[in-house]
Amino acid sequence: MSDTKYAYAVARIRAMEVSLFSAATIEQLIACKSYAACLDFLREKGWGDSEGEKTAEAILEREEEKIWEVMRELSVDQKNFEVLFYQNWFHNLKAAIKKVCTGDNDTRNIYFEGTNMEPEQIERAIREKDFASLPEFMQEVAQEAVETMLHSADGQLCDCMIDQATLRAIMQAGKKSENQVIKAYAENTVAVANIKIAVRSQKTGKSKDFMERSMVECDSLNIQSLMMAALGGQDAICEYLTGNGYGEAAEALKQSPSAFERWCDNRMIQTMKPQKSNPFSVGPLVAYVLARENEIKTVRIILTCKQNDLADDAIRERVREMYV
Amino acid sequence: MSGIVWALLGAAAAVILAGCGSAYGVGVAGQAASGVVTEDPSKFAKVLIMQLLPGTQGIYGLLVAFLTLSKIGILGGGAADISVAPGLLIFAACLPIGIVGLVSGMHQGRTSVAAIGIVAKKPDQFGKAMLFPAMVETYAILALLISILAVSGIQV
Repeated sequence: MSDTKYAYAVARIRAMEVSLFSAATIEQLIACKSYAACLDFLREKGWGDSEGEKTAEAILEREEEKIWEVMRELSVDQKNFEVLFYQNWFHNLKAAIKKVCTGDNDTRNIYFEGTNMEPEQIERAIREKDFASLPEFMQEVAQEAVETMLHSADGQLCDCMIDQATLRAIMQAGKKSENQVIKAYAENTVAVANIKIAVRSQKTGKSKDFMERSMVECDSLNIQSLMMAALGGQDAICEYLTGNGYGEAAEALKQSPSAFERWCDNRMIQTMKPQKSNPFSVGPLVAYVLARENEIKTVRIILTCKQNDLADDAIRERVREMYV
Repeated sequence: MSGIVWALLGAAAAVILAGCGSAYGVGVAGQAASGVVTEDPSKFAKVLIMQLLPGTQGIYGLLVAFLTLSKIGILGGGAADISVAPGLLIFAACLPIGIVGLVSGMHQGRTSVAAIGIVAKKPDQFGKAMLFPAMVETYAILALLISILAVSGIQV
């Protein structure tokens, strides 16, 4: 009965889910006549700060901050959410390696902030080659990537190594976790990333060797078969996906690249939807974080489309499925 | 042990076990209720009712304990001289509400937490939401009935 320790947090999240954007709200946002009207609509819905900046980027950034402010207020062990930060941590690692190895003194902010691990800590570790001060799952790849950058200055290879390490770290966190939602998140993230790698490798004519350096084993896909399918062309990928429970991905892939990208995000939300009826465990909290991130991403897409005067139908094609 | 000790143990078991069940149930439902009220104080009355539902088992245990204490004369100030057999019978008679009170109180608390989730998202469904934890109450009432009938029927 230890799962009841999340009773307060889950009930509070349930109350907050009421204010998540539904498909109908997204439709209202799309129906706004202009970019400025969209921003007004968001502010009416309580997005951003009443006092703060009124630009879209400031509003969206503030909403991202709000997610983690709420999670900290819930007095839940933040380690539960650590796996959600991995992609940002590894991005910061990539940025730090490139900054240090190229001697770039650009003062622009190249790091993700608010990720429970200060970017300066990563940058200092890289600069001083103090890899032991990094989390265990980062140490080996950080050292290898630094050596690669210093010897060959091959940024793409460096990215490739770190991206694979990211997926591996997520997969390991999923396997170690006793929580079914974290397991599902890890499996889904890695499987979708493998499919993306296969699709993009096929489109850009990458070799099997490249895919081997990028993909990570997961339970729902056989990456050797996926690589062979990628070498055989898009139809072979679609055939493989259809035969392995990813028929919707194959359909989306045939439809358009934006439909495929949308499927990748929708798949995660669909995986999280059962948490709407789970009154205990940390699952609903993780699902809420992902739902909020998905909501912010969708709003960002709509705003970008509005800014570029895209037709409503073109926007709808890119809109992600909502959690509520 | 003499019969009076067994009878008192029965009364204690009814109060302690049923009370523990209620304390757990009300506690966990209270945590969930606090979570909802943090975000929406207007739902206070609705979630308070949900929180109180698992509290009845403790009252049932208390009721059976009162009956038992009255039966053995403790409440009147003069404890009856009870032999072991009726003492054990009274102990056994107190067990249904004790054990069922403990288990049902805990489960009713968990069901209340789930029902509070319904109220948080759909306050207009309060009536339906309340039925789920109320169903668990049935078994506590059945156990209370048997305990009362049994304690009342034992000749001391």
